Amino acid sequence: MSDLRYEAPATLAAAVKLLAGSRGFARAMAGGTDLIVQMETDLIEPELLVDLKKIAALRTIKADKSGFRIGAAVSGMEMVEHKALCKAWPGVIDGVKLIGSIQVKGRATVAGNLCNASPGADSVPPMVTAGAIARVVGPRGTRKVPVEKIPVGPGKTSLKKGEIIESFILPARAKRSGDAYMRFTPRTEMDIAVVGIAVNLTLDAKGVCTAARVALGAVAPTVLLVDACAKALIGTKVDEAALDKMAGAAAAACRPIDDKRGTKEFRIKTTRVLAKRVALKALERARNG
Amino acid sequence: MATILEKPGFNPDRKYKVIGTSPVKHDGFDKVTGRAKFAADIFLPGMLVGKFLRSPHPHAIVKKIDTSKAEKLPGVKAVVTRDDFPELKQGTGGGDMTRLVMAREKVYWAGHPVAAVAATSESIAKKALKLIKVQYEVLPFVIDEVEAMQPGAPILHDYMRTKGAKDADAEKKTNVVERLDLAQGDVNAGFAEADVVVDWSFDTKPMHQGYIEPQSCVASYSDDGQVDLWCCTQAPFVYRDRLTQILKIDSSKIKIQQSELGGGFGGKTTFYAEPVAIALARKAKRPVKMTLTRSEVLQSTGPVSGTHSRIKMGCKKDGTIVAADSELVFQTGPYTGSAFLNAPQAMLTRYDIANIRTIAHEVVSNRPKVSSFRAPCVPQIVFGVEGVINEMAKKIGMDPLDFRMKNAIAEGHKTIYGQTFNRIGFVETLETAKACDHYRSPVPAGQGRGIACGFWFNRGGETAGSMQLAPDGTVTISLGTADVAGSRMSMAMMAAEEFGIPVDRIRATLADTNSLGFNRVTAGSRTTFSSGMIVVDSARKIIGELCRRAAKIWGVPEEAVTFEDGHCRPAGQNAGDFDPLSMKDIASKTTPTMGAISGHSEMNVTGAGPGFAVHIVDVDVDKETGLVGVKRYTIVEDAGKAISPAQVEGQFQGAAVQGIGWALNEEYVFGADGRMQNPSFLDYRMPVASDVPMIDTVIVEVPNPKHPFGLRGVGEVPLTPSMAAIANAVGEVIGIRPRSLPMSPPRVLKLIEEARAKGLLKG
Repeated sequence: MSDLRYEAPATLAAAVKLLAGSRGFARAMAGGTDLIVQMETDLIEPELLVDLKKIAALRTIKADKSGFRIGAAVSGMEMVEHKALCKAWPGVIDGVKLIGSIQVKGRATVAGNLCNASPGADSVPPMVTAGAIARVVGPRGTRKVPVEKIPVGPGKTSLKKGEIIESFILPARAKRSGDAYMRFTPRTEMDIAVVGIAVNLTLDAKGVCTAARVALGAVAPTVLLVDACAKALIGTKVDEAALDKMAGAAAAACRPIDDKRGTKEFRIKTTRVLAKRVALKALERARNG
Repeated sequence: MATILEKPGFNPDRKYKVIGTSPVKHDGFDKVTGRAKFAADIFLPGMLVGKFLRSPHPHAIVKKIDTSKAEKLPGVKAVVTRDDFPELKQGTGGGDMTRLVMAREKVYWAGHPVAAVAATSESIAKKALKLIKVQYEVLPFVIDEVEAMQPGAPILHDYMRTKGAKDADAEKKTNVVERLDLAQGDVNAGFAEADVVVDWSFDTKPMHQGYIEPQSCVASYSDDGQVDLWCCTQAPFVYRDRLTQILKIDSSKIKIQQSELGGGFGGKTTFYAEPVAIALARKAKRPVKMTLTRSEVLQSTGPVSGTHSRIKMGCKKDGTIVAADSELVFQTGPYTGSAFLNAPQAMLTRYDIANIRTIAHEVVSNRPKVSSFRAPCVPQIVFGVEGVINEMAKKIGMDPLDFRMKNAIAEGHKTIYGQTFNRIGFVETLETAKACDHYRSPVPAGQGRGIACGFWFNRGGETAGSMQLAPDGTVTISLGTADVAGSRMSMAMMAAEEFGIPVDRIRATLADTNSLGFNRVTAGSRTTFSSGMIVVDSARKIIGELCRRAAKIWGVPEEAVTFEDGHCRPAGQNAGDFDPLSMKDIASKTTPTMGAISGHSEMNVTGAGPGFAVHIVDVDVDKETGLVGVKRYTIVEDAGKAISPAQVEGQFQGAAVQGIGWALNEEYVFGADGRMQNPSFLDYRMPVASDVPMIDTVIVEVPNPKHPFGLRGVGEVPLTPSMAAIANAVGEVIGIRPRSLPMSPPRVLKLIEEARAKGLLKG
């Protein structure tokens, strides 16, 4: 840690250049709420930290007809306090609200939550079900990546050397759409999800589900977008039978481990219970939306 | 003249002016503004940073330690290992103590210190640790206490033989430190009389004290061998004497100044880094600060014992408990010191039971050494006892509070450990609980209500302090006990009451170990009681001196002067006609009189009043996930006399929160490698604020006649029944009373499934 270099460039290009040109272990830092804790507990010893918070372009939320563009250095609390975003994507906000405490959310970002690549990250499942796209900028230009393609395993991402997430695009909302995220933790807050589930669905005028996405967190090395769950809901009125089928598909899709935070058996059982509860919340929001 | 212990001067009709109010604590502003100095806030010129190298193995022989590369790293000023500490015989108090601080022959838990480094920066110190090469011979290990008792279990200490063992067991190599038998009456005859018998087994997990401030200390060692040590501790004098024992340094050359304490709960009665910081400072010839990280705190400082127990009790149809037969097993970590004797003595003390037999074992295993924690070893066993009692009440169809009332002890009761109780308030506490709003309110739909009772001895012990009257008439108090929960303020209040002056004119400070005589550890709920006795005694000495001087000034006999409301006055019309003399009037005339006025007092304080509590808890349970929510919580407890009611409430509430954590989620998770997997507050799940409801408190006041103001200790009683009450409440909801802690969602969900399968839970 004594040789740590800290840089806070004012432009994205400069940040990319610093990261691309680093010789040792380099990390981009947004809120730092994971990174600094990992450094403190000697889990990582980066040689270079590139702070993204001084890059003005990364600090804004832009809303227009096509949806929202959320800069990578926008803090969780800035998202929670953005009324239009909360109205359009309450499930995403459910997830953001569960990251740490208010103080932690004052620093933490969704980009950091994603790039930390923890299978239990709370904002990731609802971002996945929302169909969020990450705009990734690197030494070889810009590419658009669905958020579920960013983490590839615990602590690992698909970002290449020098690449930084610049922003997320959340699409505009169809009518009668709703999303929700819930997690199970033994404590009410300041905890890590034992299971976290997001559901995003759209209804037609008759209340039939026309589109659905269901994502499971903390039950596999990465967040799972479960097609079988979506299929169980689409074409139904999201009745008890559909919910049971969806919950069964969710439980079947789990590939959890036994660890200090929960047992495999308990995670699977809780997935089944939680999947229904989350879907009902999303349904309620879709009916009101 | 009778001492204050013989004649405390308790007067039930006395009207208090200061006692019973809750003024803002004198140390409160600094704590909330961040100005208060904790040990880690102390900086000395040239100070180095000290760090531990700890064993990754739970059990291994330490073959060789090579520190040569670390010593050569620029910035490293000292490296210490076992070779820097005097050899003390294994299996003795001092021998155990020095080996806990720094491993010698073997390491006994993953986290056991094997070396330490002092360097000019933390990063250099950390680098140096990586350069130390330790050669281990890894041995088989055992973590669980019951496994450690089995034949063939890895033996930690070849020299260990079970103290108190019967017959053939006495000569065997063993991990059982001690077997303790405590009995009265005839349990077999008792059970023969019983209409109902409940025989259950329980286990509880070790619980960390969870203080917010990690241990920290700064040590300086002068060229002529004078040690100055600043640290956060509940026991500065005990630390000093133990440092003398293991470092072979005269006590007169060790001065310890306790800092502000960021929580202790019993966990800061034992040192960890202090002897090592001194050894490093001596070698480096510079001051050294050592501050533990949170993971070091969780991996290597004392939790309290996990336990296994079997408790069998019987009662008659009318509710009379006729017998109690128990077998208890306590973890202690690698060395003795769990204070497990408390459990057989306290577990049943509140009920009048003729026939009791208890066998208790203390067992070593490869986990961190346990330390004290609020009523050490008692809440774990009360968790079982109060479950069995509830079940008996249920089986005979009696209200759980009435059942306890039927068996409750009162003044004159002779305990199983030989003490005959003076005035106690258990019956009044039960009556108050029964009449309180919580108990009288219906249980909300879907919820369950549990109650449980607890007892703690409350202690006295060696205490010394002094008091100085300044020329302006204000008073300072020097205390040798620690301020774990506001005792400086309580002392100031008691002195103010005794003098009859405003409490703002008094300040209490925590003295260093050179300034006062020996003070026992601040533990056992003894401090407000014992130091309070010293303070009142010192105040009375000062009042006596003020009266003597007033008599001299007025030229009247001493008996002609009385003291009241901060003033010396003529005792009556015959004493003469003089204007009252204030404390300032007299204290400012030191030259014509005879110098400064001060009082001091040193004694082995006796007469502590036992305490009793009733907890009432409502919970709900998510029957699909096993998640328990504590919805309402009331503590009813006898405080004797609450000096500062707000502080007494704080003690009750804090204990309930710790009880909720212990009951629901806190546990040590060990991997197959014998290392703790969850050494952080993220994964060692202490409750957060939103996990607990407002804890309601009802203070019962049945005065302790052996104290000038009638007070009883309140620090430990309120933890004793907590987990039992919560478990009894959960049992009401799910149909099976949990017998294992913590009642975490996976465990409760399993019980729910079991209850459904047995038809005990519908819906």
